[in-house]
Amino acid sequence: MALLQISEPGQSTAPHLHRLAVGIDLGTTNSLVASVRSGIADTLADGEGRHLLPSVVRYLKGADPVVGDVALAAAADDPLNTIASVKRIMGRGIDDVKTLGGTLPYEFAPGESGMPRICTAAGLYSPVEVSAEILRSLKRRAEASLGGDLSGVVITVPAYFDDSQRQATKDAGRLAGLPVLRLLNEPTAAAVAYGLDRKAEGVFAIYDLGGGTFDISILRLNRGVFEVLATAGDSALGGDDMDHAIADWMLRQAGVGVSGDPHGARRALRDARAAKHVLSQSAQAAVCVTRPDGSVWHGTLARAEFDALVNPIIERTVAPCRRVMRDAAITAADISEVVLVGGSTRMPRVRERAATIFCRTPLTDIDPDRVVAIGAAIQADILIGNKPSDEMLLLDVIPLSLGIEIMGGMVEKIIARNSTIPIAKAQDFTTFKDGQTAMAIHVVQGDRELVSDCRSLARFELRGIPPMVAGAGRIRVTFQIDADGLLSVSAQEQTSGAASSVVVKPSYGLSDAEIERMLRDSIVHAREDNDARNLREQQVDADRVVAALESALAADGDALLSAAERLEIEHKLSLLRSVRDGTDVACIRDGIDTLDRATREFAARRMDAGIRKALSGHRLDEFG
Amino acid sequence: MSITMTERAAEHVRKSLVHRGKGEGLRLGVRTSGCSGKAYVLEFADSIQPDDQVFEHHGVKVIVDQKSLAFLDGTELDYGKEGLNEGFKFTNPNVKGECGCGESFTV
Repeated sequence: MALLQISEPGQSTAPHLHRLAVGIDLGTTNSLVASVRSGIADTLADGEGRHLLPSVVRYLKGADPVVGDVALAAAADDPLNTIASVKRIMGRGIDDVKTLGGTLPYEFAPGESGMPRICTAAGLYSPVEVSAEILRSLKRRAEASLGGDLSGVVITVPAYFDDSQRQATKDAGRLAGLPVLRLLNEPTAAAVAYGLDRKAEGVFAIYDLGGGTFDISILRLNRGVFEVLATAGDSALGGDDMDHAIADWMLRQAGVGVSGDPHGARRALRDARAAKHVLSQSAQAAVCVTRPDGSVWHGTLARAEFDALVNPIIERTVAPCRRVMRDAAITAADISEVVLVGGSTRMPRVRERAATIFCRTPLTDIDPDRVVAIGAAIQADILIGNKPSDEMLLLDVIPLSLGIEIMGGMVEKIIARNSTIPIAKAQDFTTFKDGQTAMAIHVVQGDRELVSDCRSLARFELRGIPPMVAGAGRIRVTFQIDADGLLSVSAQEQTSGAASSVVVKPSYGLSDAEIERMLRDSIVHAREDNDARNLREQQVDADRVVAALESALAADGDALLSAAERLEIEHKLSLLRSVRDGTDVACIRDGIDTLDRATREFAARRMDAGIRKALSGHRLDEFG
Repeated sequence: MSITMTERAAEHVRKSLVHRGKGEGLRLGVRTSGCSGKAYVLEFADSIQPDDQVFEHHGVKVIVDQKSLAFLDGTELDYGKEGLNEGFKFTNPNVKGECGCGESFTV
């Protein structure tokens, strides 16, 4: 007998066509999966009722890898084959990983395209493959809990993740066989979990203190779109530091040296963590330490003593909070809500401190370990279409850069890819030729440097530019993308006000695969694109110099130059023309420089003549 | 004509309605679709229509339209777990045949 869930009015699906969607918080220390069932978003537990899956994978020779608590239990005995904290090296090159080397005990081997691989008993594995193993485990749990195949998944990433880290996360999802709908920033997911996206607008602080990392993000909500204004943090600060501080105190109280016996230290650490959890609820916790000689020390850790131990650690979150507000150009008074994320924010002292930093009582109703996964699940549920469309979220970005063609067949990017929409950006361009009265605007999409490698979206013309010398016209080109992804491009000449515009839908007709191919090409061809761009820029510069000199020679050549001088200039001019069509960038640059030196005197004479002409007919005292 | 609901199912519906923040109750229905002819509809109800019949169990309203009621009369709604999965179950005396998973049925 099927187990059914309650749908929103009118959103019931046909049998066997349920749109099962989950959100996944792929964390450094722990990962979770959540889903919306009968209107309630919650994390899914494994067969033993555990919601948190330790982000640990252990590779075994001749057997399938194990993930989670089982792998974590083996970490101490088999450190080289037990991979933890793989998120720290996602999308990083081998060189980055080496600088992180001190904190990660694994052996690395360079893989293709500089991607590091971790040497294990079962072979070499990339960080993407390790993450995929964690995702696969969550996928199995979700499918068993929801009773079917997943149709859509949202995976969260830190707001500061760059393109390659995001791509690596997406690749891990695909490798695990997950239909990834979108990546979502962790602070945004936390805000969504609290329903902050349903407000009209606001500025939110997301304070995320986990086991080993601290992140603070400032988000601005504007017309349904979250924008990350600034992020800061400390990648080596969290609850683990507190456990160490408490364990050290316990060992000191018991009169045992901290470095004495590693087994005892590990036990003390475990007891310290338990005491910390007790002190989130109670005023004191009983602690004990077994000394190496077998005698036992019994003690009590009171809240005041505990606060004194963890305070220095909590205080280290203050400076990043201040910095992030400065970077976002806001003050505490601008913040309308503070959201707490991460297990360490259960501690009353952390809550108090977060409240005083931002002068506001933080939101704490949702379990801070689960809040990110819950927000991701809500987003996945909406994206897969289980909610009426008026509750649609707009958190969207443009997949490829948009720009226009400039002289030489090059692309000037106006809106960078991954910009959130809606967005509007303007850039000023100038006329290239004397007396130019029209300008062709060619709108292109892509991240390559040359127009021929990008996708053409639209062409239109701006007419009615008043005749001016080259470079004097100011044409402002404005790109505007509305919330539905509709792009409108307008061009306006600033002195005359002449204007023209066009509307296009940029993502129309492009599949995910095509977008991916275009992006990959832009990375693969980055160097040759750059070279091609340099060459075109020099050629355009040469054309501009040649055109300017030709018009100057036609106007004043006879009056201001001797026959010999003119011959010399024309010789240099023809030299530049002959190298212009070659591919040697340096040669063209030399040609331009040589011609520039040869015509300096001519330019000076023209300027003098111009001034004389302007002054003639006026009395000296008119200029006094 | 009646429809019943176990206390466990009612508890779950109440929790979902509180979480959702609005809604009159639970709408049960039947529509033509699926591999065996008819399929259940299980939705939140934001309004009660004039031809709806309302049953109340354990403080939760179950709303059924007249046409569906003919196929649902005597049905008991329960909430249960099967392994990691959990959800609502229909026990419907009108059913003559079901597809393998019980999501659709013939009457």
